[in-house]
Amino acid sequence: MKLYDGGKILIGLLVFVAFATFPFYYNFGTVNAKPEPKTDTPEIVKYQQEHNGKKECVESKEWMRGEHMQLLNQWRDSVVRDYNRGYISNTNHNRFDMSLQNGCMKCHSSKKKFCDECHNYMAVKPFCWDCHIAPKEDEKS
Amino acid sequence: MLEKALEGSKKYWAWVFFLGIFALSGVYWYIQQFNYGLGLTGLHRDVSWGLYIGQFTFLVGVAASAVMLVIPYYLHDFKKFGKIVILGEFLAIAAVTMCILFIFVDMGQPMRITNVLLHPTPGSVMFWDSVVLMGYLVINLLVGWVTLGADRKGVPPPKWIKPWIYLSIPWAISIHTVTAFLYSGVPGRHFWLTAVMAPRFLASAFAGGPSLLIILALIVRKVSKFDVGKDVIQAISRIVAYAMFANVFLLAMEFFTAFYSGIPGHQHPFAYLYAMDGSSAVAPLMWTSAIFALVSLVMLWVPAIRRKEGLLSLACIMLFISLWIDKGFGLIIGGFVPNPFEEVSTYWPTYPETMITIGVWAIGFLVLTGLYKIAITVREQTAGVEIDH
Amino acid sequence: MSMDRRQFLKITGISSILGLGTSIASATNLITGKQLLPPQVDRNKEALTAKRWAMVVDMSKFKTDEDFNKVFTACHTNHNVPDFRKPDGSPDRKFEVKWIWKAAYERAFPGQDNKYMSEHMKDMPFIVACNHCDNPACVRVCPTKATYKLPDGITMQDMHRCIGCRFCMAACPYGARSFNWVDPRTAPNLKADLPNREYPTRTKGVVEKCTFCSERLSVGKMPACVEAAPKGGLIFGDIEDPNSEVRKIVTSQLTIRRKPDLGTGPAIYYIVGGGDHA
Repeated sequence: MKLYDGGKILIGLLVFVAFATFPFYYNFGTVNAKPEPKTDTPEIVKYQQEHNGKKECVESKEWMRGEHMQLLNQWRDSVVRDYNRGYISNTNHNRFDMSLQNGCMKCHSSKKKFCDECHNYMAVKPFCWDCHIAPKEDEKS
Repeated sequence: MLEKALEGSKKYWAWVFFLGIFALSGVYWYIQQFNYGLGLTGLHRDVSWGLYIGQFTFLVGVAASAVMLVIPYYLHDFKKFGKIVILGEFLAIAAVTMCILFIFVDMGQPMRITNVLLHPTPGSVMFWDSVVLMGYLVINLLVGWVTLGADRKGVPPPKWIKPWIYLSIPWAISIHTVTAFLYSGVPGRHFWLTAVMAPRFLASAFAGGPSLLIILALIVRKVSKFDVGKDVIQAISRIVAYAMFANVFLLAMEFFTAFYSGIPGHQHPFAYLYAMDGSSAVAPLMWTSAIFALVSLVMLWVPAIRRKEGLLSLACIMLFISLWIDKGFGLIIGGFVPNPFEEVSTYWPTYPETMITIGVWAIGFLVLTGLYKIAITVREQTAGVEIDH
Repeated sequence: MSMDRRQFLKITGISSILGLGTSIASATNLITGKQLLPPQVDRNKEALTAKRWAMVVDMSKFKTDEDFNKVFTACHTNHNVPDFRKPDGSPDRKFEVKWIWKAAYERAFPGQDNKYMSEHMKDMPFIVACNHCDNPACVRVCPTKATYKLPDGITMQDMHRCIGCRFCMAACPYGARSFNWVDPRTAPNLKADLPNREYPTRTKGVVEKCTFCSERLSVGKMPACVEAAPKGGLIFGDIEDPNSEVRKIVTSQLTIRRKPDLGTGPAIYYIVGGGDHA
């Protein structure tokens, strides 16, 4: 069976393979340690000292890991469009201020040590920080 | 049939390459604009729409003009237009593509464009504009492809295409009416708040689009063996003449209402656009547009001139340029200057803005070239076979 | 071979459309599926509420430049509004973003001056901002509902959703809206540090305008301009409340609004006094 335009097809195929596998071989050799987001910020430590070592987050770690993106989207619409401000946690029934920079970052006050750990590992660049203000020490990042 | 666009003479590829250079330069400048922001253009707080939206508005008109061929052929059995309808439909596809691209390059946050679909707002004219434009693109792609494919095989097209063809007629009217509504429905912009905006848009579309089609048909005759026919060109030119008269007449009506009523808010934009006291950078352009409009109108109306194809093409070029200035530029400026505070702040496109605009036109012409190549090849191969849709 | 190829293409085409369609449908369902319902979310107890927020402007209370600048600075620093200036200090009209500013009488109320009015009167400054109209043209034209009416009368701006089409800017008859032509954080006043770290900036490509400080109302504070204005200069309240100051003024004194004949129903009322303005 003759392969018509075989030369062009093979070249095209090679170009396609090069493009499609680019993300994989581009990162060859860079050591990527497992992300370790730290929750030992001064604010969290202080809270623990005042509350018998309890750590009370908005929701459980596992749930937040998977759902914090959707949660932030819903908070966004709820605050801006529906005038709400307080979120009652399903886990501990505390009321949290539905705000990224004035809520989340009040406890998780280091973007570098917390948010960026996983985001950098996953090569995710959320555009929240185009507008929302990152904690001061992270301004340069 | 797509493969027909990939085979061509050296001249064909030279033309494609020429367009490709400008298209790539447009892409380069768009990347600059995407990274820096729309501040790269000449737009500012007072004139927030400019060349991009103007071009979009003008091209919606060109896209709608396909209906001027569809109506005579499909509704009134004007058999002469049989071979040329496809050129009108393919021009519509290229024009709508350019419209979509101009909207895209004009947006501040193009990555959020899906918000228009995720949060549909039936009360917003812009929402409807995007809906009808997408629909028109789909209709023309469908109708053009199916009818041309049938022509290639020498058979009549399948019966199910007829309703789509009939649908394209009111749809074409609607795309330009809805685009006019973008302007004529906002309070506070005296230049735009006029009931004749939609009729004038349609009149200028039905003049400008077919006049471009005449020029394209003459070019096609030169570069290929496909000749639409002298009498077809003459028939279209009569359509252009009547439509252009309606357009010029409606423009004169605008002048009358503004100046006879004496309302300052209505007069100011006209005074700014046509002021020859040096206060307005755009005035020489507007006067050129007006003169070209009148001269081309006369040339189209005098049969002795219209029948000479050389002079006819000159008239068509002048007409196209006149409408391009009027709708693609003057219309926007007039709405924004003077601003709501009755202050005059000027707008002029910057170099990057111009290069992006040229880039989009180049992409549009690439689409047009490819589609026309397919249509011409089919017509050449089926020369002598009767077309019956 | 060609018949099979056509069949193959048809089947592939339809199945990919179906596949794409269902995946898009399920993706959007994921985003919109789990909604936050009350009582999981609630308003602050200290939030200020109203049936219809409105503002009365008494220009006679503004006597010096300082009076004006305090108001503009309060708003613009509270909201990290970029201040683009040319190297010589004059404002850069091209990238200008302003939520509240002053305009001369003949500019704020075009057509309401007459040729016998003194130049001094024609140039008298009036504070202007978004009028938070009853029937706003901007809300009508926004294709994504990025600008919308809150139930308490505020015409709000959702900077997250705005696609930057600027139709609202074309529709607003008052020139109240600004666009971020470049990244606002490149402005001289925002480059080094941000004036208010409790409020976000915006990013390039979105429209912004006065929001009647809805975020401050949410925590029980009055709008920044109202607090910074000289006493009685800017009066803010619920015009539907018969006991509010704004309602009392509007019913008993002569007030005008900008371009009232356009049917927009602006909510900023300017007191027309006798003689002595600023």
